[in-house]
Amino acid sequence: MDNAVVVTHPHTHETAVHEEHHHVALPQHRHHFETEEQQREAGTFGMWLFLLTEIMFFGGLFFAYLLYRNWYYDAFVSASNQLNVTLGAINTVILIGSGFFMALGVWAAEVRKRSLLVLFLVLTTVLGFAFLGIKYVEYHEKWEKHHIPGEHFDISEFVNPPIDAKTGKASEKPLAPDMAQKTQVFFSLYFAMTGMHAVHMIIGIVLLFWLTWRAYYGEFSSGYVAPIENFGLYWHFVDIVWLFLFPLLYLINRHPLK
Amino acid sequence: MSTTSSTIINLPDQRTATLPKRNYLNNEHGLLSWLLTGDHKRIAILYLISITFFFFIGGVFAGLIRLELLTPQPDLMASDTYNKMFSMHGIVMIFLFLVPSVPATLGNFLIPIMLGTRDLAFPKINLLSWYLYLAGGTFTLAALIFGGVDTGWTFTTPLSTHYLNTNVVTAATAIFIAGFSSIFTGLNFIVTIHRMRAPGMTWFRMPLFVWAHYAASVLMVLGTPVLAITIVLVALERTIGIGVFDPTKGGDPLLFQHLFWFYSHPAVYIMILPGMGVISEIVSTFSRKRVFGYTAVAFSSVAIALFGFFVWAHHMFIMGVSNYSALVFSLLTMLVAVPSAIKIFNWAFTLQKGSITFETPMLYAFAFFGLFTIGGMTGVFLGALGMDIHLTETYFIVAHFHYVMVGGMLMAFLGGIHFWWPKMTGRMYPESFSKLSAVTSFIGFNLTFMPQFILGYLGMPRRYHAYPAEYQVLNVLSTAGATVLGVGFLLPLLYLTWSLRYGAIAGNNPWQATGLEWQIQSPPLTENFIETPIVDHEAYDYEWLAHKTQQEVTTVG
Amino acid sequence: MHISPVLWQFLVKWLHASALFPSEASTIAPYTDALYFFLLTITAVGMVIVGILVFGFSIRYRKERHPVAIQVEGSTLLEATWTIIPLALFLVVFVWGALLYFRIYNPPVNSMNIYVVGKQWMWKAEHPGGQHEINALHVPMGRPVQLTMISQDVFHSFSIPDFRVKREVIPGRYTTVWFEATTPGTYHIFCTQYCGTKHSEMIGEVTVLTPDDYQRWTQGSTSGMSLAQNGERLFASMGCNSCHSGNAAARGPNLAGVYGSKLQLANGSEVLVNEAYLRDAILNPSQHVTAGFAPIMPTYQGQVSEDGLIDLVEYIKGLQTNYRVQQTLTTSQSNQVAPTTPGMVKP
Repeated sequence: MDNAVVVTHPHTHETAVHEEHHHVALPQHRHHFETEEQQREAGTFGMWLFLLTEIMFFGGLFFAYLLYRNWYYDAFVSASNQLNVTLGAINTVILIGSGFFMALGVWAAEVRKRSLLVLFLVLTTVLGFAFLGIKYVEYHEKWEKHHIPGEHFDISEFVNPPIDAKTGKASEKPLAPDMAQKTQVFFSLYFAMTGMHAVHMIIGIVLLFWLTWRAYYGEFSSGYVAPIENFGLYWHFVDIVWLFLFPLLYLINRHPLK
Repeated sequence: MSTTSSTIINLPDQRTATLPKRNYLNNEHGLLSWLLTGDHKRIAILYLISITFFFFIGGVFAGLIRLELLTPQPDLMASDTYNKMFSMHGIVMIFLFLVPSVPATLGNFLIPIMLGTRDLAFPKINLLSWYLYLAGGTFTLAALIFGGVDTGWTFTTPLSTHYLNTNVVTAATAIFIAGFSSIFTGLNFIVTIHRMRAPGMTWFRMPLFVWAHYAASVLMVLGTPVLAITIVLVALERTIGIGVFDPTKGGDPLLFQHLFWFYSHPAVYIMILPGMGVISEIVSTFSRKRVFGYTAVAFSSVAIALFGFFVWAHHMFIMGVSNYSALVFSLLTMLVAVPSAIKIFNWAFTLQKGSITFETPMLYAFAFFGLFTIGGMTGVFLGALGMDIHLTETYFIVAHFHYVMVGGMLMAFLGGIHFWWPKMTGRMYPESFSKLSAVTSFIGFNLTFMPQFILGYLGMPRRYHAYPAEYQVLNVLSTAGATVLGVGFLLPLLYLTWSLRYGAIAGNNPWQATGLEWQIQSPPLTENFIETPIVDHEAYDYEWLAHKTQQEVTTVG
Repeated sequence: MHISPVLWQFLVKWLHASALFPSEASTIAPYTDALYFFLLTITAVGMVIVGILVFGFSIRYRKERHPVAIQVEGSTLLEATWTIIPLALFLVVFVWGALLYFRIYNPPVNSMNIYVVGKQWMWKAEHPGGQHEINALHVPMGRPVQLTMISQDVFHSFSIPDFRVKREVIPGRYTTVWFEATTPGTYHIFCTQYCGTKHSEMIGEVTVLTPDDYQRWTQGSTSGMSLAQNGERLFASMGCNSCHSGNAAARGPNLAGVYGSKLQLANGSEVLVNEAYLRDAILNPSQHVTAGFAPIMPTYQGQVSEDGLIDLVEYIKGLQTNYRVQQTLTTSQSNQVAPTTPGMVKP
C-alpha cells in the first residue's frame, strides 16, 4: 500500500543498461531476470525441486518404516493401536482446514485483497498451532505411558495388556516379550517421522509470521504473489506428508478386536 | 612472464591488454559488500577462499597420517589421536572440500556467464549456501577443538551411536548443515540451467561444463536429503536412544549402511562430474577443436548420474547382502563404468587433428587422463564381486578412491583454477612455476598412492595405526610421495597469491577459447554482460571465434 | 663406490622383508589372483591405449606441426566401438567376479566348522572340541574350514589376506566364510572394518598345521569340555529341557535331529534349520514358532552371551536322541529368570 516496499528491495546493481527494461513494473522484480514471468517461473520451479528434496528426506524414513513393519508386523500392530486415532483424525481435519485457508490465501493474494490475505494467513497459522498443540498432547500421553524410546521405554503393557472392564477380556492381543521389544522400533519411527513433520510445521509457522507481517504491509497486494504461492506449495506438501503418516502410523494396522 | 613461443599468451590481445576500470571486484568496496553480496562471482571467490582454507586443514591431517605411518609402530601419536586424524581428514576433505570444490567455486562463477545470464536464479539462496557451508565448517572445527571425532567419515553404526564418546553429534550437525549448502547450490544450478539460458542457448549449445554440473546437481538435490535424514537418525539414536539402527533393540545396522551409501555413492559422482566438465573445456580449448562427440559426452554425464543412484550396495558386498542383490549391484557397477570410459576416449580423440599447445591447464588435464583412467579401472576391480572380497577395506580401496578423487577431481580443480584464473582475477600467473607445480603434483601423487595399491593387495587394512613390519618399505615410499605432493599443492597457493598483484594482465581471452565467459572482459562486470547475448553458434565453435575476433573491437567497461 | 649404510640397509630390508605380492596359501588364492592378473592386464592395455592416443596425438598434432585445427564432429562408429568393447570387457569381469564370489562364499558340505566371536578388540575362536583361542586360529591343512562368525559389539571384518578371504562380522547375526589352507605356516588375521580405538591391534595369526600336527594340537590344547558339552550344561541349567523334552506331550518342539531339517513354521513358511536359525529362535522365539506349538517361549535376549549361544547351537546341532535330555530333566534345577509371560493364549 505504501512505498516502503521499494526501500526494502533496492536495485543494488543499477546500470544504464537497466533502463532499457521498460516493462519492469514491480519493485520486486530482480534485475537478473529478463522478465517477471521468468522470475515467477524460476521461483516455482525452484520450490518444486525443493519439495523433491523433501520427498527424498522423508523417503528414507518411509523406507525404514516399510522394512520394519514387514519384519515386526505383530509389534507394529499392537504399538499402532496405542496411538490415539481420535486425536490423529482431528489433527488431519485441522491440517486439511489449514491447507484450505492457505489456498484461499493464495487466491486472496492473486485478487489483491490485502485484509483477506492477512486473515487467511492468520487462520492458517492458528490451525498450525492447533495441530502442534494436539501433537503435544499426544506426545505427552506417550511420555506417561513410557512409550518414548530410550531408557524409560516400557514393554509391560504389550506383554500383559490391561483387562477391559466390560468384556473381561484383554484389550489387546498380548505379545511375546521378544516381539514386544520391537514396539520400540515402531515408536522410534513414530517419533522420528511425526517429529520431522512437526519440525517442518514449526518452520512453516515461522515463515507464516514473516509472510503475514509482509502481507500486512501490503507487499503482496499489488500482483507480486510468488512468495505466497511458493509458501503455499510448501505448506501443502507438509499437509500431504501428514496424509501419508496418518494412515501408515495410525490406521492400517488397526483391527477390530476378536 | 612466460613468453615461450608455444603459448597462446603472445597474441596481440594480451600485449596491449589493460585491466578494466570497472569490474565485479572493485564495483563495491568494504568487507560488508562481500559478506552481503548477491553476485555469483563474489560468492564464488568467498567459496574459493574458504574451500582452500579447509583443503589445507584436511591436508595437514593427511600429512600427519602419512608421518605416523612412516614406521610400523604407533610412535607419533596415540591410537585415539590417529583415529581422529583420519576421521577429520575424511570429513573435511569430502564434505568441506571435494563436494563443493568445483561446483561452488568455478560452477558458481561460470555457469551464469556460460548461459549468458546475469546471475544464478536465486542469488540470496546462493549466499545462504555459502553461510551454511561456513556454519558446517565451524561445527567441524568445533568438533575438532572440543576433542575431535573418531568415527571415520562413514559413521558406521553401532560404533558411532553407542561405542564412542567423542563429538559425533557435533560432526553430524556439521555434515547435516553442509549438506543443505550443497542441496541449495544444486537447486540453484538446476533452476538456472532450465530457466535462465540466454536467447539461442539451446540445451545442446551449452558447454559440457554446464552439462556436467547439471548432472551433478541432480545428484545433490536427490541424494543429499537421504544423508541428512540418516545423520538425524544417528544423532537421535546417540542422544535419546531410539533404536532404528540398534541391533539390541531390533533395529538393523545394515539399514544404516544402505541409507548412508545411497547418498555417499552418488556423492563420488557429485565430486567427479564437475571435474569432468572442467576437463572438457580445457581439452577443447588447448587443442582448438570442438569436443569429439559432444552429445555422447553430454549424455554420458547424465548416464553417470542416473546409474550412480543404483550402485550403492557395492560398498556392502562382504556385509552379507543377499546373493541376488550382490549380482545386480555388481552388474550395475560395471554399467556405470562405461560412460566414464566413453568420456576418456572422446577427450583423447578431441586431440586428433587439433592444434595442440601445452599450457598449465592442459598439463593438469593430461594428469587427469592418466590418473582417472587408473582410478576408474581399479574401480572395476572393486566392482567385480569375488575380487572385492580381497580388496575391500584395504589400502587398495584407499588408493582407488584417491586416484579418482585427488588424481581426478583435484587435478581437474587445479586445472580449472589455472584455466579460469585470468578470467577471475584479470591476471596471469607465472607459467614456469605453474607447470612445475603440475608436474610435481603428478609425480608426487603417483609416488604416494601407487604403493598403496600394492599394499592393498598384500592385505594391509585401511585405518590402521600400526601395521606389520613387512609393509614398511611401501609405506615409506608413500610418505615420501606425500611430501612431494604437498609441495605440489603449496606452490599454486604461493604463485597464485603473488599473481593477484604482480601477474601480467591477462586480457579478455588469453587462451583464445570460445566460451561466452571469454568474450567478456576479465575480470567481468558485476552484471556480466552489457547486453544479453544472443547465441547463434554451437559450443566450441572455433570458426565462429576466428570470424568474431577478426572484426571485433574490444569493449572494456 | 660407497653406498650410504642407511640406504643399503633400506634396500636389503626391502628385498628380504618386504613382500610385493601376498603368498597363495589357500585353494581360493590362485583363482582370485587369476582374476587379478586379468584385471591388471586390461588396465595396462587400457592405459597403453589411452597413452598412445594422448601422446601420439599430442606429438602429431602439436601446434608447431599442425598450426590449424581441422574440426571433426564425431563418429558414431568410434563411439559405438568404445562403448561396446569396454562394456563387453566389464561384463566378462562381472561374470568372472560373480563366479569367484560364489566360490568364496559357498562352503563345501564337508567343511569343519569353527566359531569366531569378534569384540573390541580381539578375536575369539572356538573349536567344536572345546579349544579356545584368542587372536589365534589353528587349522589343518587340506581340509575345508568354515568359520561361523558373530560380533558382540560393533562391525568387525575378518580377513586373512594370504587366503584371499574376508567377511564382515556383524552384531546380531551369523556370517560365514570358508577356506582350505594349502601351505603350513602362519598368516595374518586382520580386522579390516574400523572398530574403534584399538582397531589396528585387533590382529592375530592363523596357523596352518599338517593333519598330524593338527591332531596333536587339538589334543594338547583342549579345555576338557567340548562346545556341545558346555551347551548341554547350559541347556539344563536354563531349564530348556522342561519344554524341549522330546516327549509327545512336551510344550516345546523336539530338538533331536532338528538341525539340517526343513521346519514348518506357525506362520506358514518353511525354513532350513541352520546355525543362524537356531540362534534367532533362542533370542526371538515368537518370530520362529514351529507349527503346532504355542508362542510361549520367553526370549533369552540379554541372558545368554554369544559364547553361550554358540554352545547351545553346537549342542542342538549334535543332538540325535532325547535320552540325555530326559535324564537331566529330573536332576537339574531350573533357575531360569524369564520375564513375565502372559498365560497361554491360543492364537
